[in-house]
Amino acid sequence: MLSNSRFFIRTLLVILVSTATWIALTASAAIEVREYKKSDADANRGDGLAAWQKVYSVLISPRCINCHTATNYPQQGDDRHRHFANVIRGPGGKGVPGLNCISCHQSANADSTGVPGGRNWHLAPLSMRWQDANDRPLSSAAVCRAVTDVSKNGGLNGTALIKHHEEEPLVLWAWNPGLRPDGSMRTLPPLSHAEFVAATRTWVEAGTPCPPPNRTAR
Amino acid sequence: MATYQLNVNGQRKQVNVDPSTPLLWVLREELKMTGTKYGCGISACGACTVHLDGVATRSCVVPVSLVSDRSIVTIEGIGADPVGRAVQDAWVDKDVVQCGYCQSGQIMSAVALLQATPRPSDTNIEESMGGNLCRCATYVRIREAIKSASQQLK
Repeated sequence: MLSNSRFFIRTLLVILVSTATWIALTASAAIEVREYKKSDADANRGDGLAAWQKVYSVLISPRCINCHTATNYPQQGDDRHRHFANVIRGPGGKGVPGLNCISCHQSANADSTGVPGGRNWHLAPLSMRWQDANDRPLSSAAVCRAVTDVSKNGGLNGTALIKHHEEEPLVLWAWNPGLRPDGSMRTLPPLSHAEFVAATRTWVEAGTPCPPPNRTAR
Repeated sequence: MATYQLNVNGQRKQVNVDPSTPLLWVLREELKMTGTKYGCGISACGACTVHLDGVATRSCVVPVSLVSDRSIVTIEGIGADPVGRAVQDAWVDKDVVQCGYCQSGQIMSAVALLQATPRPSDTNIEESMGGNLCRCATYVRIREAIKSASQQLK
């Protein structure tokens, strides 16, 4: 009788210890999985933000930002001065009758006269301004918010943004900007086009994360 | 050198020129149409303005290779257009011209303005004519003539 009781108690203890061990190990594994997933997402967002900074470095280069003004005029040159000849934005971003963008800018670069060109040459709409009213580039966070706001960016989702950066003729022009009137080559953006598209893809695949606004963000 | 078939004031014109030659010099040197003037050569003054498919265009910076089959209208041909005729009449009526060097470009831009905006405000006129410079400063008479032409076209 006593021997049976001891056997029963030992068996019960073994079962209890085994169950407790199994529960502890399972819980530990679950925590590890959760932590792994959390750090994976952080890394993904970190990669996305790093990629965005590369994209941003291109967007604020003169070849891009000169036509993303907040003012009534485009800019030109690496010093981003106001466009000469009293050129103004006009209601559709294409100048005004008598002084349209295409009064000078043709469908391709005119290297013999130093006038850049591309199909449908025009200013970006004010909703896609990347500068403030004093011609200073907006912060990385502010530009990111504008670029990802489908109510401002022409309805482009992430996939469409990749396509825009990959194929839009005026985007491609930035890497083929032609010659200045003095015959020298215009400055290119800081990344190659392939690097720019790859960075855009990484950023989009990370969910188009934007840097947090800061106090100095405009 | 390359051969181009141009449509100038409704007529076919063949020229054999370097593709990089600006349209201005094709008009003046090859076709001997000297009504279109050379002013600055960098599209800053508007003296060389012609119409390409109705768009006022600075011919000094447009290589002939980029003109394609677009219709070219110059100061010699703009009078065939009702708006062009009205503008030229108003120019005479208001005695706009002083030295006259910039005036063919001024007229071409004014016609483009009135074709798109038949009743232009002072702001419309200032914005559209802002790229056409006049060293004689005939700007006040230019504005009067544009408004007069607008009235004539009612």
